[in-house]
Amino acid sequence: MAKPASNLSKNAKAVGTWVDERLPVSKTLREHLTEYYAPKNFNLWYYFGSLALLVLVNQLVTGIWLTMFYTPHADLAFGSVEYIMRDVEWGWLIRYMHSTGASFFFIVVYLHMFRALLYGSYQKPRELIWILGVFILLVLMAEAFMGYVLPWGQMSYWGAQVIISLFGAVPVVGDLLVEWIRGDYMISNATLNRFFALHVVAMPLALLGLVVLHLVALHEVGSNNPDGIDIKKHKDTKGRPLDGIPFHPYYTVKDLFGAGVFLILFAFVLFYAPEMGGLFLEPDNFVPADPLVTPEHIVPVWYFTPYYAMLRAVPDKFFGVVVMGSAIFVLFFLPWLDRSKVRSMRYKGLPSKIMLALFVVGFIRLGMLALGEGTDLQTLESRIWTIYYFAFFALLPIVTKFEKTKPEPERVTK
Amino acid sequence: MSETDLASTQPPENPGRRRLLTWTTGVVGAVGAGLALWPFAASWKPSAKARLVGAPIEVNIGNLEKGQMMRVVWRGQTIGIMRRNERMLNDLPELNEKLADPQSEVETQQPEYAQNVHRSIKPEYLVANIHCTHLGCIPQMLPEVEAQPFDAEWRGGFFCPCHRSRFDLAGRVYEGVPAQLNLVIPPYHFVDDNTVMIGVGPEAEGAA
Repeated sequence: MAKPASNLSKNAKAVGTWVDERLPVSKTLREHLTEYYAPKNFNLWYYFGSLALLVLVNQLVTGIWLTMFYTPHADLAFGSVEYIMRDVEWGWLIRYMHSTGASFFFIVVYLHMFRALLYGSYQKPRELIWILGVFILLVLMAEAFMGYVLPWGQMSYWGAQVIISLFGAVPVVGDLLVEWIRGDYMISNATLNRFFALHVVAMPLALLGLVVLHLVALHEVGSNNPDGIDIKKHKDTKGRPLDGIPFHPYYTVKDLFGAGVFLILFAFVLFYAPEMGGLFLEPDNFVPADPLVTPEHIVPVWYFTPYYAMLRAVPDKFFGVVVMGSAIFVLFFLPWLDRSKVRSMRYKGLPSKIMLALFVVGFIRLGMLALGEGTDLQTLESRIWTIYYFAFFALLPIVTKFEKTKPEPERVTK
Repeated sequence: MSETDLASTQPPENPGRRRLLTWTTGVVGAVGAGLALWPFAASWKPSAKARLVGAPIEVNIGNLEKGQMMRVVWRGQTIGIMRRNERMLNDLPELNEKLADPQSEVETQQPEYAQNVHRSIKPEYLVANIHCTHLGCIPQMLPEVEAQPFDAEWRGGFFCPCHRSRFDLAGRVYEGVPAQLNLVIPPYHFVDDNTVMIGVGPEAEGAA
């Protein structure tokens, strides 16, 4: 009995070798998993990268299935989504997985970005990882916006109207540009069709490409860690970092555990609050698009609200759009704005810590203010936090250069 | 490539000729690629079918009571036709100092025959494209004189739910709101006392 088994393993090995000589399978697995050394002091914040990947897969799979039942036409789209929700076997689950997944994508990505701010993961030599990440955020925003238009409800229609009209703020060619994006003199079937194509083909392709680049860049320089120190300074005789452990099996197991906890939370929202009281899917979007009536309370989905609050805080169309765009654009420069000697917030000074804490509070407050009635007091607070959002980036070079930092340890701490 | 490989590479016999050929090939190639992009970009413009839907419309306003507004669609845009009462008309000059363009001086926002206090041909009837001039939402009509969360001395007008722009009952924009321009008055004329035609101004009627 032992003989055939060993023959089998010998044959399997031969096939493996045959493939490896033609396609670098084992080499890739070694370089990126079994012999990719990640710092051993990763904490909770380091779950969100792999979770983002998990949500991406969820969006791709559920998205492909939704495409099988959805009809991209202004007269039929709303009905086809209702058909998915009511008549397609398990259609409600697939649709809610996709819509809830979109919100969770942003939760995970925002936390992932906060981790980078906390531990200085954007600093040299990881500038490109950060920049690619900001591109991913931009594509994700475009993807989410266009996806929200597809059900052709009231919020789809008027959200598209508002966002596309923003391009009208471009001097001289603004109106032509808006007409070109809409493909008509109003939001119409032409708009819906092109958004469908971009949402299901173009943007996912761009997103996948960027994610691959993001990971390749990460594996080229290696992961940062909560201490923000370089683990490659201390190596054993075989050249392996003393403070590093192979990604597989150590972090694959850790990330699997994280995925388990995440999926429990995800399932809870999916089954008990898929619309999240109107935050994930707004009530007005269960009303078919009506070009004659704008809903009384029009706000974007929660993940856009901080930027929407900035737009609303500026009493001028052109500058409002400029401020909103700059809020994203400024992120690209972050790696060069932080001039601190240390990476991690653990060793930065008190001013840095206060600034980051206020930044987080401001971002959340802006998101909440956008959902409000827009009273004078709320407008005033929006303006204060908008100014602070930019002041954070403006002050960063000065504060990080002059503040007193604590000495970094030689080796990673617990 | 190793160093010896590099050393063994011969320089081109005629570098100027090679440079010219490289550049001309590159430029022609880039122009070709640019031109090939055009059909893809141009396909996004409004189609011939979309451009054709733009004929004038006739609307019967015989049933419109004072203080009421009706909505019709012309070229995909929502047009509001409002019959204003005396109180509303008397209020218009009072509001001037709160408005960004009280005299309707921005010429693109109305035809010449509607550049007056009431921004209309007949003072009573306002005919306006009621899409907000900020980002194109349709404002709510709040015609009554009553305190609003956004304005304690509200004299009636339009309030946009999207970004809180406000317009008076002649479609004139208030100061300090995101919208900068008055609501657009489309070309229109009265065919008779009960019928208004939207899409053609009065002078065109005379010419026809």
